[in-house]
Amino acid sequence: MPHATSPSPEAEATMNVEDSHMTDAPALPLEAEPSSDLAESQELPANGGTANLDSIFDDDDDDDEYSSSAPRKPEDSLQDIPQQVSKPKYSSPDILRQFYQRLFPFRPLFQWLNHSPTPQPDFQNREFAFVLPGGAYIRYQSFASADLFRKHVNPRDRKQLRKASAFRPVMKELVFDIDMTDYDPIRTCCSGAAICNKCWQFITMAVKVVDTALREDFGFQHILWVYSGRRGAHAWISDKRAREMDDTKRRSLANYLVLAMGNEQGKRGGIRRPLHPHIDRSLKILNPYFQTDVLADQDPWASTEQADKILQLLPDKGLTTALQKKWDSMPGRTSNQRWADIDAVAEAGHLSTMTAKQLVEAKQDIRLEYTYPRLDAEVSKKLNHLLKSPFVVHPGTGRVCVPIDTRDLEAFDPLSVPTVTELLREIDEWDNEHKDSMSADEKAKVQDWQKTRLKGYVEFFRGYVAGLLKEENKGKRGREEDVAAGADSMEF
Amino acid sequence: MLAATSAPRIAPNKRTVLDARKRQFAKSTHGPEEYPHRLNFYVVPPSGDIALEQFEEWAIARLKVLAELESCQFRNRTPAETEEYMKPVLDKYMRLSSNASRSSDIEGERKRDHYSHWTLRLAFSSTADLRQRFARLEAQLFKLRMQSDDTRERQEFIKTLPMSWETLSEEEKATWLDQLKAATNVKRDEEESWFKVDWEKVPGLVERRQCLLKKGTAYVHVREQQTMVLNEFARQLETGLELSARFLPRMDEDNRLSPILHHLSQSFVAPDAGYTESSSIGDITIPTAAAIDGLAQHFPLCMQNLHRELRNNSHLKHFGRLQYTLFLKGIGLNLQECILFWRKSFKLIADDKFKSDYLYNIRHAYGDVGGDSNRRGKGYTPYSCQKLLTEPAPSAGQTHGCPYRTYSPDNLLTLLQAVGVTDRALLQGVREDVGKQRFHIACNRVFEHGHKGQLRKVKEEGLWAAGDLDTILHPNTYFKRSFLLKNLGKIKAGDLGVDGPESSSGGGREKMEE
Ligand SMILES: [Zn+2]
Repeated sequence: MPHATSPSPEAEATMNVEDSHMTDAPALPLEAEPSSDLAESQELPANGGTANLDSIFDDDDDDDEYSSSAPRKPEDSLQDIPQQVSKPKYSSPDILRQFYQRLFPFRPLFQWLNHSPTPQPDFQNREFAFVLPGGAYIRYQSFASADLFRKHVNPRDRKQLRKASAFRPVMKELVFDIDMTDYDPIRTCCSGAAICNKCWQFITMAVKVVDTALREDFGFQHILWVYSGRRGAHAWISDKRAREMDDTKRRSLANYLVLAMGNEQGKRGGIRRPLHPHIDRSLKILNPYFQTDVLADQDPWASTEQADKILQLLPDKGLTTALQKKWDSMPGRTSNQRWADIDAVAEAGHLSTMTAKQLVEAKQDIRLEYTYPRLDAEVSKKLNHLLKSPFVVHPGTGRVCVPIDTRDLEAFDPLSVPTVTELLREIDEWDNEHKDSMSADEKAKVQDWQKTRLKGYVEFFRGYVAGLLKEENKGKRGREEDVAAGADSMEF
Repeated sequence: MLAATSAPRIAPNKRTVLDARKRQFAKSTHGPEEYPHRLNFYVVPPSGDIALEQFEEWAIARLKVLAELESCQFRNRTPAETEEYMKPVLDKYMRLSSNASRSSDIEGERKRDHYSHWTLRLAFSSTADLRQRFARLEAQLFKLRMQSDDTRERQEFIKTLPMSWETLSEEEKATWLDQLKAATNVKRDEEESWFKVDWEKVPGLVERRQCLLKKGTAYVHVREQQTMVLNEFARQLETGLELSARFLPRMDEDNRLSPILHHLSQSFVAPDAGYTESSSIGDITIPTAAAIDGLAQHFPLCMQNLHRELRNNSHLKHFGRLQYTLFLKGIGLNLQECILFWRKSFKLIADDKFKSDYLYNIRHAYGDVGGDSNRRGKGYTPYSCQKLLTEPAPSAGQTHGCPYRTYSPDNLLTLLQAVGVTDRALLQGVREDVGKQRFHIACNRVFEHGHKGQLRKVKEEGLWAAGDLDTILHPNTYFKRSFLLKNLGKIKAGDLGVDGPESSSGGGREKMEE
C-alpha cells in the first residue's frame, strides 16, 4: 500500500488546505462585487492582531502531509517551484486536474462552507490555501462564488495574492484532528505513517468518544468526520454556535476533551475522582474496546519487557512484586491474562499500600491511557489553523479524504478508501460497460462521480450538507430570495 | 498634583460640564447618582457635573492604582502578595468603604470611583492595546474589591446584576444529583446548589471540567459565582470599550477634554508621577555642589549615566544638561550651588564661554530668568520617568533619556555592571524587563535589589507607611528613597552634616549593591 511506504512525498496537490472564515477589507479586487451587506453582517473580530505566518506554520504539521524537503515559503510566488525528482503517479498534475474537474464535489463543498446555497460572506471571506508542487503554500485566497473557486483550483488562472494583513480570523468551523502518530506509544501492529485495521480501531474509539461529547455535552449537531487520507481523522463542526467561538472557547473545549495522562513517566495520572461525568461516560464507551481491541488485538504487554510497563502503572510495591514473581514463573502470558492476574493477585492479599478502591481506580486509569482519545488539541484551539478539506487527494497516498459516516463507524475501512487513480479508472470502466447499453442522452445525465466508488461518499456528504442548510435557513429565511438569481450562475 | 506635562493644561477654576452621557450613549436619567453598593459594574456613564481638575485628579489617582496592580503582575507577585501590597495603595488613592463601615464619605468615594473609571475608559479606548490592558487591570481591581467586600453586601450586589443564570430547580437537582456532585467536586460541607448558564459563559470551568455539561448548558456550583461575576464584568467592559472607541472621535470636538485624555493615555506607558517638593532632601541637609559626587550613588541609572558622562568628558550636551540640571534642582541643590557645580564640571571651558553659552540655561531652568510665567513657576519641573520614556530617543552622541529604554540590552548590562550592579539573576531580570519594554520595572528591580536589606528592615519594623514603598516613577523619588534608606539610622539620630551623609566626596562611584 502506498501509505505504508511513501517516504515524505513531495506535496503536489493543487488545492489542498482550506478553512478559516475571514473578515477583511471588503473591496478588494475580485471579479464579483461582494454583496453590499458584507461589512455589516460580519461579527466583530474576535481576536486582534494579524496572523504571524511563522507561528501558523509551525504547528500546522498535523498529518505530515506537507513535510517536504523543500523549505516552506508561505507567500511563495509561482515562479519558484522546485522540480520534482520522482513523483508518485497519482500526484501528477494531469491526474489531479482530472480529479478536480471531473470528480470533486464543488457544489456541496461550497454549500457546506457557505452554509447556504447562494454566495454568502461565509464563503466569500473564507481563506483558502493552496499547496504548490514542492510544498510551498499560497495562503489568504478567497473567492466570491463557487464558480470562481472552481476556476481557481484549475491552476491556469490564479489571482494575485492578497495581503496577509487583510485577513483576521473571526469565524470558522470548530475542528479536531486525531492522528495515529499520537498512538505510537501504545500500538504494537504498526508505527509511523502505516496503519492497519487493528490500529484504526483507536481512531474509531476516539471518534466515538469525541462525537458523543460534542453532541451530548455541547449540543452540537452538525459534525462531519473526514478521513485525513492516511492515518487519522478530522472533525468539522459547523453549528453556528461552534463557528462563532473565539480562541478562548476553542481552547476550553479542546482541553475539556483532552485527558492529561501522567502515566508515561510511571507515576499515577492526575485523573480526578470522582470521575467527571464525561470521563465516566467515555470509560463506559471504551471498556468493550479495551477488552477486544487493546488487550486481545494489540496485546501490548505480551513480552516481559512490555509487561514492565504495566507494573510501572501500578503504584503498589506488594502487588507488583507478587505479579513479577508470578510472571517470571509463567512466561508467554498474554495481555488478557496479565490483566486478569492483577485482580487475582490482589485478591490473594498482596496489596500493601493500596486499597481495593484505589486499585479499581488505577485500573481505570490504565484503561483510559490505552483507549482515551489522543487529540492534537493545538489544531482545535486556534481560529487561524488550517486543515485539509474534505474530498481533496492526500498527496502521499492518493486517497481521497472522504467523509466518515458515524452511524456506521465500525464499517469504515480506511484501506478501502478509493485513490484518485482508481477512481479515474472506474470512470473509464463504467463508460466502457455502458458503451452500448445507454443512449448518449442517458449517459450525459450520469455525472462522473456517480460512476465511481466516490458515489456513496458524495451522497452522504450531500445529505449531511442538506441537513446543515436546512438548519441554517431556519435562522435567515428570506435572505436567499434576494440573491436567488445568482444561484443559476453556479451550476456545476 | 500634576506637574510638568507636555500636554497643555486647562486653566484651573474654570468650571466646565463633563456630561459624558451626552457624548456617549443617550441613556440614564439626570439627577445625582446613587450608589447603594460598594461594587460597581460601571454600566451607566456619569451624568453629574464635575470640575475639570477633579476630572483629571480622580483619573490620575485611579491610574496610580492600576499601575501598581500592573507592577504586581510584572513582578509575578502571588495573589496574596498582591492583595497585601495593594491594600495601602488602595487606601491611599482610592478608598472604597463598605456600607457597614459608617464612613462619612461613602457617596463621595463611590462617585470618584465611578467617574474616574469612566474617564480612564475614554482615555484608554483609543487603541486595542490600551483597551486590553485597561480591561485586564480593571478586572483585577474589581476582583480585589469583590474579594474584600463584606459577604452580605457582595451577595446583595450580585443579586442586582442582570446575569442570565438560573438556579436549578429541586426536580432537576434530584435527577442529576450524582453527576452534579461528581462534575463540580462538591465537598461534604458545601451546599448543594447549582445554577445553569450557557457554557460559553464559563470557559474556564469547562476547560478544567469543573462543571456538568448538557447540550451546551453548563451546570455550575454556586461557589463559582464570584468568578462568573468577574468574567461578566470583564466581558461587559470589553464591549463597553469597543463602543467607547467608536465614540471617541466625537470627543475630540471638546478641546478641553482631549488633552487630558491624551495625557492620561500617555501615562499608561509609564504612569506619570509629578515631582513633589518632598523629593528634595532640603529638609534634611543642604546639598552643595561638592556633595554631588558623593550623592551620585543614590541616583537612578539615568542620572548616574549623565554624571559619569560629565565626569568623563567634562561636558554634557544640551538635553542631558537640562535633564540633569532639573534633577539636581529637584534634590534640593539651589541655583548658586548648581551654577557652581556646572562651572567646576566644565573645567575645559573658559569663564567667558560658560557665561555666554551655559549660564542662561541653568538660570532659566530655575526660573531665575525668562518670561513671567517661567519665573512664577520657578522654572521647569524635574522630569518624570514617563517624560523620559516618551520623549524622542536621543541621537548619536546624546546621553539623556532613560538608559533602560535607549540602550541596547547588551550595552545596558555593561553600563549597569560599570556602576556596580553585577548580580547575575538581577541582570537577567533586567534583560527580560527591557525585552518586554517594562523599563520602569527594570529600574525598580535594580533599586529593590540595591536596597534589599534596608527595605526589609523598614517593612519588618514598620518604619515607613506601606504607601511610601510603591513603584518608583520619578528619578527624584528614586533618589530620595535611596537616600533615606541608606541613612536610616543617621536621619533618626539627626546625625547629618552639612555636606550630606557619607560625604566621602570624590568617591561617588561606590557600588550600588550591598
Ligand atoms: Zn496497525
